[in-house]
Amino acid sequence: MQISGAQMVIEALIAEGVDTVFGYPGGAIMNVYDEIYKQDGFKHILNRHEQASVHAAEGYSKASGKVGVAMITSGPGFTNAVTGLADAYMDSIPLVVISGQVPMSLIGTDAFQEIDAVGISRSCTKHNYLVTDAKDLPRILKEAFYIARSGRPGPVHVDIPKDVTAQIEEFNYDIELDLETYKPHTKGNPRQIKKAMDAIANASRPLFYLGGGIINANAAYEVRDLVHTTGIPAVETFMARGVLSHDDKLLIGMLGMHGSYASNMAMSETDLVIALGARFDDRVTGKLSEFAKNADVIHVDIDPASISKLVNADYPIVGDVKNVVNDMLAQVDKVDSDKYESWRETIINFNELHPLTFHEDSERLKPQWVVKRVGELLGDDANISTDVGQHQMWSGQFYPFTRPRQFISSSGLGTMGFGFPAAIGVKAACPEKTSINFTGDGSILMNVQELMTAVEKKIPVINIILNNNFLGMVRQWQTLFYDKRHSETDLSVQPDFVKLAEAFGGIGYRVNTKEEFDAALKDAVEKNVVAFIEVIVHRMENVMPMVPSGGSLFNMMLLEKKESK
Amino acid sequence: MTENSERRVVSVIVKNEASSLSRITDLFSGRGYNITSLTVAPIPESEYSRLTIVTSGSVRVIEQITKQLHKLIPVLRVYEHADMVEKEMALVKLPMSESLSDISALCAAYNGKIVNAGENTIIAMVADEPKRVNNFLNAVKRFNPKEIVRSGAVALER
Repeated sequence: MQISGAQMVIEALIAEGVDTVFGYPGGAIMNVYDEIYKQDGFKHILNRHEQASVHAAEGYSKASGKVGVAMITSGPGFTNAVTGLADAYMDSIPLVVISGQVPMSLIGTDAFQEIDAVGISRSCTKHNYLVTDAKDLPRILKEAFYIARSGRPGPVHVDIPKDVTAQIEEFNYDIELDLETYKPHTKGNPRQIKKAMDAIANASRPLFYLGGGIINANAAYEVRDLVHTTGIPAVETFMARGVLSHDDKLLIGMLGMHGSYASNMAMSETDLVIALGARFDDRVTGKLSEFAKNADVIHVDIDPASISKLVNADYPIVGDVKNVVNDMLAQVDKVDSDKYESWRETIINFNELHPLTFHEDSERLKPQWVVKRVGELLGDDANISTDVGQHQMWSGQFYPFTRPRQFISSSGLGTMGFGFPAAIGVKAACPEKTSINFTGDGSILMNVQELMTAVEKKIPVINIILNNNFLGMVRQWQTLFYDKRHSETDLSVQPDFVKLAEAFGGIGYRVNTKEEFDAALKDAVEKNVVAFIEVIVHRMENVMPMVPSGGSLFNMMLLEKKESK
Repeated sequence: MTENSERRVVSVIVKNEASSLSRITDLFSGRGYNITSLTVAPIPESEYSRLTIVTSGSVRVIEQITKQLHKLIPVLRVYEHADMVEKEMALVKLPMSESLSDISALCAAYNGKIVNAGENTIIAMVADEPKRVNNFLNAVKRFNPKEIVRSGAVALER
């Protein structure tokens, strides 16, 4: 059929099974928005900032496992979206982001709202396209979705000049893709897998190091199976929270800069690291030369460039982690789980020596208590998004995650302002679950305009603002490493968060006690509306344990023993 | 961990399409890799171009360079050359006042010759291994070269 480029975009999105698009209209993308007005194949959610549209698409994608879609205009519309693209690129989130561009005839003339969008997005996307002819549009859109979700997933940006969206051409989406230069390697090498299984059988202190790639590959349940049948203890990265359930006896905890003592010690004492879909990020490894110093490394990853990038892999396996774990399960009878009994005991002892915990305070609520309490009250019924900072680390440490795709956070890029729009996307993807956003008094103001989006579209996100009147994580570093010079981190001057929520048509609570918190959360869940629950928490609480930046994983600052008052 | 930096030649076969070259050069600048020289030309009767990049880095960096290049969607193949034939061309503009026969003899030793002679200047060309081109450019100094241009290396695996 002969249709316009703009109609092709609509048809392609529907053909890809897209049910929700996040976006913001503007001059160069108006032809497409005109077609959005006329269709009913998907719903469009109008965010109040393009950055939020991309974060919402990320949240939607992370919670659902589908490709997230955002639509924006040229120039400032696009540049606002760049942070979202970079965030999705760092965390391997499959997105297709479609931007309008000035007409072909004006490209290169410094036209109104013109920017070299593909030039900017090149370094923060998996791939990008400038569409110069509507004839190419069906193929490009199909490729964009395929590239976004296959291999190591990531964001793909498609920039479409306004005249191309008006151009009328034949549309056929039923095309075979022939990407001669892009063939992701999904099947692990059988010889390498066999060697790796032999190494596991021969190790005395092996350790699973589970990463976010497991969630991307939908392999969490296969990994649970492998962990349980081998009896090998496991640590999770921040991105992998929920791969194992919090009550799994073989889950030691989260490792890294704010990992638990037992996790970091286990990583330092292991003789075989079994890395599944993890990338040895500096926030995980600390000082590289001291990281798992006495261990051999099995590294399973879909991205060959992640293997031996930072830590040399003795057993490199390129492949989809689900395929590889299934192949490993087929040879699992080699492994004698009883062999690791004393290793498991060692880890239990680590945990008893310095358990992950916090001290209650009689005057002020502790932020860790709030996270734990939400876990007790909502547990599996909630999906948890976070912003970036102390509250984010406490969420990763203390929420009792039970399943993959339950925890949505900006991990690699660390984008403040991610949480609220992401939680909107999460709720759009999983309306049956309560969507919680743990945030701070710093982060929430970075995309606070999303109150309007959530209220307008009746997307009841509950934002729990852990308010310590500080830019807490930076303040913590200043306290510890800058001799308490709290440069520009005191946020004592604040809006009235209750009134702020109300001004947009949401509901606000200010909470000082445990009883008030329980009542507020219960009320917000029951009323099922957009909410701010501002919790006044202890101002000077630090995230512990902590491995100082660049330090060795086993050299942790630990929670001080409780003073007896 | 001390890792020695060594010179490496990498060839990249990439689809002829807008921005293929900038994807590759952006990768080098974005990740802090070196480019000593770079040549590009289309491969005859195909939809691909061949880039030859002379770079340097530790073994780990070179491994990352080839892997990261391969990750780019339009890249078909990456060769990290070990056993190769490598050549580079240089053009040198010299004043006519110098001895033509001496220049001619020097060029011949480096697989070259005088390719143009004008009223005031002559242009000499050599094509040889990059190291030998260096030697030639040192030797040719005595003839007071006015301008020198090097093509960057190209290489084929044996």
